[in-house]
Amino acid sequence: MRFVPISSDQRERMLRVIGVESAEELFADVPASVHLDRPLALGEPMSELELVSHLDALARANTPASQLVSFAGAGCYDHYVPSIVDHVLRKPEFFTAYTPYQPEVSQGTLQAFFEYQTMICELTGMEVSNASMYDGATAFVEAALMACRLTKRHTVAVARTVHPEWLATLETYAASGLFEIEYVSGEGLTAEDEWRAVADEHVAAFLVASPNYWGALEDVEAIAPLAHEAGGLAVVATNPVLLGVMEPPSSAGADIVVGEGQPLGNPMSFGGPGLGFLSCRMQFVRQMPGRLVGATLDADGNEAYVLTLSTREQHIRREKATSNICSNHALNALAAAVYLASVGTDGLVDVARVCLNRAHYMRDRLLETGRFSAPWDAPFGYEFALVYDGNVRAMHEEMRSRGYLAGVIAEDAGSGGTDLVVFAVTEKRTRAQIDAFIEEVAAL
Amino acid sequence: MTERLAHTPDGAPTRGPRGTIFEQRSVRAQSDVVAQLDVPELPVDDMLGGRARENAPELPNVTEVQIARHYAHLASMNFGVDTGSYPLGSCTMKYNPRVNEDAARLPGFAGLHPYQPESSVQGALRLMFELQEALGEIAGLPEVTLQPAAGAHGELTAIMCFRAFHEHTGDARSRVIIPDSAHGTNPATVSMAGYTVTQVPSNGRGGVDVAALRDALDTDVAAVMLTNPNTLGLFDENICAITDAAHQVGALAYCDGANLNAIMGIARPGDMGFDAMHINLHKTFSTPHGGGGPGSGPVCVTPELAPYLPGPVVARTDDGYGFVVPERSIGRVRSFFGNFGVLVRAYAYIMGLGAQGLHEASEQAVVSANYLKARLCAAYDVPYDRTCMHEFVLSGMRQRREHGVRTLDIAKRLLDYGTHPPTVYFPLIVDEALMIEPTETESLAELDRFVDAMLAIAQEAQAEPEMLKHAPYTTPVRRLDEARAARDPQLRWRPTE
Amino acid sequence: MYPSDLKYHKEHEWVRVEGDIAVIGISHFAQDQLGEVVYVDLPTEGDEVTADETFGEIESVKSVSELYSPVTGEIVEVNGALDDAPETVNEEPYGEGWMLKVRMADPSELDALMSAEDYETLIQDEA
Repeated sequence: MRFVPISSDQRERMLRVIGVESAEELFADVPASVHLDRPLALGEPMSELELVSHLDALARANTPASQLVSFAGAGCYDHYVPSIVDHVLRKPEFFTAYTPYQPEVSQGTLQAFFEYQTMICELTGMEVSNASMYDGATAFVEAALMACRLTKRHTVAVARTVHPEWLATLETYAASGLFEIEYVSGEGLTAEDEWRAVADEHVAAFLVASPNYWGALEDVEAIAPLAHEAGGLAVVATNPVLLGVMEPPSSAGADIVVGEGQPLGNPMSFGGPGLGFLSCRMQFVRQMPGRLVGATLDADGNEAYVLTLSTREQHIRREKATSNICSNHALNALAAAVYLASVGTDGLVDVARVCLNRAHYMRDRLLETGRFSAPWDAPFGYEFALVYDGNVRAMHEEMRSRGYLAGVIAEDAGSGGTDLVVFAVTEKRTRAQIDAFIEEVAAL
Repeated sequence: MTERLAHTPDGAPTRGPRGTIFEQRSVRAQSDVVAQLDVPELPVDDMLGGRARENAPELPNVTEVQIARHYAHLASMNFGVDTGSYPLGSCTMKYNPRVNEDAARLPGFAGLHPYQPESSVQGALRLMFELQEALGEIAGLPEVTLQPAAGAHGELTAIMCFRAFHEHTGDARSRVIIPDSAHGTNPATVSMAGYTVTQVPSNGRGGVDVAALRDALDTDVAAVMLTNPNTLGLFDENICAITDAAHQVGALAYCDGANLNAIMGIARPGDMGFDAMHINLHKTFSTPHGGGGPGSGPVCVTPELAPYLPGPVVARTDDGYGFVVPERSIGRVRSFFGNFGVLVRAYAYIMGLGAQGLHEASEQAVVSANYLKARLCAAYDVPYDRTCMHEFVLSGMRQRREHGVRTLDIAKRLLDYGTHPPTVYFPLIVDEALMIEPTETESLAELDRFVDAMLAIAQEAQAEPEMLKHAPYTTPVRRLDEARAARDPQLRWRPTE
Repeated sequence: MYPSDLKYHKEHEWVRVEGDIAVIGISHFAQDQLGEVVYVDLPTEGDEVTADETFGEIESVKSVSELYSPVTGEIVEVNGALDDAPETVNEEPYGEGWMLKVRMADPSELDALMSAEDYETLIQDEA
């Protein structure tokens, strides 16, 4: 395939204007020792037809969860995405546009993100949201860094019940020495006295997820004040769909609310690109990383939008920036905004309600089979963990061959507990599918 | 609430923003998002252990036709690569092939859950493996991670690998050297990696001042972080001496791969002595910018550094492909495996173009940039009068000195000529900088249009400087009051009482 | 532009002496270079400042600059009006745009500062 719209004649003309005989002359600054003297060991060019066939074959060599009866969640969820979302994303004015640094020709992008920021605030109860981060894990890390800067403290207390991959990411970043981690453990839920034990004048923040990795809902209302009493901040990670019906972390005392926004209008896409959302109370905005869109007026007094508070960012503050983040996940944020507009308040409440009810139904029925037991007693959203009394891998594989993804085996996401399975039930799973799954798995 | 109709001074309705989506309320039928509930219904508050939400979030309440029109209007206010040329230096705004968009949306890719069994995702793993190999070959640095989500993320990943490498050899160091022309992400990355920045100046030819670099190099330097071709669009002829000098004191050499579009198939950072680089798939490999992202920043390293890469990476197994974690991995830099949807697009691009197509892309990118420079060097100052690579820097200093017209004004006026402005005020070492990168996907007619616009503006600077200071005139909104936005931040929509 | 009754620091701050109090702000040159000021990050009353060290930051839309103290001492008053109206620094850099009032620990430090004339020479060289 070829996307160079310049003929060889035109190229010759250009070379003449430049004043050289050949294109090679333009590479004279490349030392001979470095100049590649062979073609790259890549294939021949393909026509579009050949390329499409090749890609089709690769795609068909996969059995996507979206075409199985999937109960897999653990940070990436199979929600229904209304058609309109992708149609908007396919508009070239959105997806081929650059970062809106020239606001006069980027009002589409800017207004879309102003609206997205507003929606995240409505969901989380926070006063300000940025225009996206890469994913929940990196948003979580950036919140930890933000809390350290705000409090000028160096330690973060982190719940072990957070997604293991997020914890792994936090540990990787911590190795650079910018902060230290103190873990707070618990079975299914963190224990209040474990939080008390780490509350001291070194702790910049308590970091907890609700729902957590196990789908369980933590007692944020009890945990947040403990952080505040010690002079630290409360960072809460949460699920944005559940926020349709669940009290926002703001009312439980959260200062910074983050999470994985993929459930809002984004496909699973093998885990990426997802969407990190990060929101906080207004008093912390100058330490917030990432791009921010604000409203203003133009020279004619008309409403307009612009990237603002840019002095927080790397292109201005360089080594003192709040973060090195430059590119964000803008298009995924746009998907989330269109999704939320498409479902609206009623629709999001409905989706959450349906996911909750079907998840609770499924858990009850799994327990009834006698093959699964509850490892703990905790309220949960639309995801829950159960212990299986047989060989978990064999069960999972057998159900796979029957067209099911029987949740996620906990240790596959890097946590302990080989016999624990985490089940997520979204609105795409019907009662009939749940009943059929139960019947088959009970008979194994 | 009636829609606000703002007006321009001559009475025409504005083509700019007309109220947010929240202000468009409609009578909405009961939610039809999901079918009727088919399981016994329990009270939400019971299920959530007493955490039911009292007040539902205020989201838009609109029908699909309103959404379609709203976003159609938003799109009409936007300029994308499909609209016209976008010669943004260091961004490589090349055309985004549609076949890539289709590929990423294939259910066999978009519908994959990251924790599906490996046996059920062999196509995806093979794609990732082949992309790793291809990028490694292009970079001349064979070991690759596809995990980082963006260029800056890749930079940080690599510098963290460097840290782990030094710590493993018992040789902790504290500084990283960067040139004064470095992109802002570089020093920000250095800080996030727990190092301090030592800056070295550029020389008269626009390359790194090698003597100053040698002075700054000692055994406390963990790395030298460079861009080559650099942010002036110039190939640093001393690059091998520089990486060599770094190695001699035990420091590692990192290449910011933002400008890879100049040298594909022509030169490879690995062959220049670099130990690691990141690649911006959303620049060099045509994946869309999306209004700011998502990008993808794979990191390519030498075999010596491979053990430290974040895991998992894709490797061949006995019966196909699988994930493996490098033996001394720094861990993870994000959840899951990488921006897979972006990887699919880049893979499609590379497979479609092949070695020949990539080489041609780079060659044409360099020819086009030199062509623009040759046509503009009379009307504008060119700080470094030498052959450029895929981009070059002009300075608006002459226009400022002679007519009080700044690069900002030139950029805003270009909008009236239907082109996106180049990068402005970067790199910092050039006053009133204009960094121009046409890319290889602009036709000669389009390039000439850009030249004509720039020449016309140079004339306007002379004849009507005041006019330029209030440009643009024909865009959906005029110049914005950015100071107001920063002083009195309004960062979300609020209902007016 | 550069009142002769003030003393100036090489990083473009000025001092007006009122007894043992140093009133501190930034010069016309500095605010002009910055452009429209959007935010001033100042310390609090009771904090200590040290001569030639930074006490805060000042931001325009596209830049950040550090603020350097010309003298050592305790801050007795901070100009809170700059929170809501940072543009006062542009409008009245020597008047309502003042930033700190410091009780000087060592008034002899004033001798190291420049006169209006010397300061004007400095900025001519810089420009």
